[in-house]
Amino acid sequence: MRRKDKRALILIIISIVLFIAAAASRPYAVRLLGGALPPVFIEIALFLVPYLCVGFPVLRRALLGIIHGQIFDENFLMTIATIGAFATGEYPEAVFVMLFYSVGELFQSIAVGKSRRSIKALTSIREDVANLKVGDDVTTVGCEVVKAGQTIIVRTGERVPLDGVLLSAGATLNTAALTGESLPRECVTGDEIPSGCINEGGLIELEVKSEYNETTVARILKMVEDSAERKSKSEEFITKFAKYYTPSVVIFALLLAILPPMITGISDSGVWREWVYRALTFLVISCPCALVISVPLAYFGGIGGASRCGVLVKGASFLDELAKCDTVVFDKTGTLTKGNFSVREVIPHNCDEHTLIKLACAAEQFSTHPIAKSLVLYANGIGADYKSIEIISTEDIAGHGVVADTSRGRITVGNERLMDKFSIEYTAAELHGSVIFVALDGNFIGQISISDTLKDGTADTLLSLKRLGIGKTVMLTGDNKAEAEYISDGLAIDEIHANLMPWDKVEIVESIKKKGLGNVAFVGDGINDAPVLMAADIGISMGGIGSDAAIEASDVVLMYDKLSSLCDAVRLSKKTRRIVIQNIIFALGVKAIVLLLGALGILGLNAAVFADVGVAVIAILNSMRCLGSRHS
Amino acid sequence: MKKVFMMENLDCANCAAKMQDAISKIEGVSYASVSFISQRLTLEYDEAREAKIFKEAAKACKKIEPDCRIIFK
Repeated sequence: MRRKDKRALILIIISIVLFIAAAASRPYAVRLLGGALPPVFIEIALFLVPYLCVGFPVLRRALLGIIHGQIFDENFLMTIATIGAFATGEYPEAVFVMLFYSVGELFQSIAVGKSRRSIKALTSIREDVANLKVGDDVTTVGCEVVKAGQTIIVRTGERVPLDGVLLSAGATLNTAALTGESLPRECVTGDEIPSGCINEGGLIELEVKSEYNETTVARILKMVEDSAERKSKSEEFITKFAKYYTPSVVIFALLLAILPPMITGISDSGVWREWVYRALTFLVISCPCALVISVPLAYFGGIGGASRCGVLVKGASFLDELAKCDTVVFDKTGTLTKGNFSVREVIPHNCDEHTLIKLACAAEQFSTHPIAKSLVLYANGIGADYKSIEIISTEDIAGHGVVADTSRGRITVGNERLMDKFSIEYTAAELHGSVIFVALDGNFIGQISISDTLKDGTADTLLSLKRLGIGKTVMLTGDNKAEAEYISDGLAIDEIHANLMPWDKVEIVESIKKKGLGNVAFVGDGINDAPVLMAADIGISMGGIGSDAAIEASDVVLMYDKLSSLCDAVRLSKKTRRIVIQNIIFALGVKAIVLLLGALGILGLNAAVFADVGVAVIAILNSMRCLGSRHS
Repeated sequence: MKKVFMMENLDCANCAAKMQDAISKIEGVSYASVSFISQRLTLEYDEAREAKIFKEAAKACKKIEPDCRIIFK
């Protein structure tokens, strides 16, 4: 509890004691002093003591509010309501309203403080100091002074402060804070170690890879913190609603106090008193606090909870969009599949295998495409010396392949379309996987088949998504149809689009958006699919922590290539949305009922303040559920 | 110029919304967002008028919630 809350609690307790004392001594005091003073004065004096005791902070803020021209300030309205209660002769009620209002405020303050802290704890994966090793000396320094290339050591149980490359022989790391994965990760020399994970093995040495501001942890924190800025539609609705709610309720209260007595008995003070009292119940519930606090709290909790599962959501609005998602479109390579291709079959044509690989690899060696990488790997494996070929120029033709002018002539490596484009005659043998064709100076010299495998957990993830209510799953791929069908066999995928160019993917996502009822999410690995990520209602990128382009273009990032965390994200988004809707309906419903019963004179001030504070407390507690869920 | 400032004693969610409204209207501010939960003010503003904008933002904040303070640094 903060000091301010403690002070409020003490005031409340003292006030309760004084209130009981006032109520108990009321008849005696009146009898004793009745001769000297009018009984009304004595009663007012008795109840004014606990009232001022608990209400002082409220009265002070109300006064400051009036000075600053804030007439629809909740403190001011509460002050009017309680002074009105005094004026209509309801002294105990005036104290009770102020007392209960303060209890509610105190509770809210504690609850908000608690959620603020637990959200901070969720993101407390930052380490401020690092053990810098220079020669044989180890000194503890602030993280921001460590430069890339320097060596740091991390002892057992410590958090890795900066991204680095492992120098020690091996390490056991707990990455739960980053990925939600509970199994420790085993690393060997040369592996990249993300900051934020905990060293569970012995002392390790790391070579620092990036400076502090660019570390995984700093980025995650920044994203989660900034996410509060992108407010959801529901939040904006609530803010707008709050703007009009208070003034309208106050105007209704005024009308309620004036109009009915004018009609029914303008000269009857009893009638006036009754209607003014009813109007006061309006003022008591004129604060939209329950909604204004609980809705953003729910979203923030949802975002915090998601980050704990290894999912970064860039804003409350995206959490909402995700909850309304009906179709999930997956890019095949790198998302559903591992994306590390390996060469499966090599069929040379009028040339030997070694030469075929050597030439193909020479042309592809600078490409970042996964197929090119697997080719290089294979070439190194069989000892094909592709580097001996001198490259004059290379040209990447998107969706086709590569054309390279070399010391050995013009090498063309790519799919059927590339062969057709250059009118190269070729013979296609029946091969599985992605098939690339190779030609030298326009003559076909052979084909190489390369294939990919599904990631662990892909099948389960797709099934879980269906169970979570995602209507349709779609797979997009640049590969041929046979390969697409081969990979998707046995998966819960409704639609396959094969043979796609990068721009075709955008078109397909657009057309699904037009047809579909709900939102369309696109999941890609962030390489080459930034336009598709932007085109979809929700762009989700895989393991994008390393790739700036992916973070920029996507709305949700699944850390470290974990496709299964997508289910957690969908589940959390739905839960958050459910809680938000519950809170809005509940709070508005209770307020409407209390307003109605108050206007009819069925509910008094006590019940109104009780309902108002109760709603706020329940709504806040409900919102805090968003934080807690880790797995269903 | 975009900057984030921490806020102290921001205790009323409705006030946060009011502050955001008021600060957005200050001349030279192109964007303002007050987050009640993270107690942060995100401000996009004209650097040339920084001093004046800060002063007015602090004033607007004090006006709506007397105890609340923006920590400019």
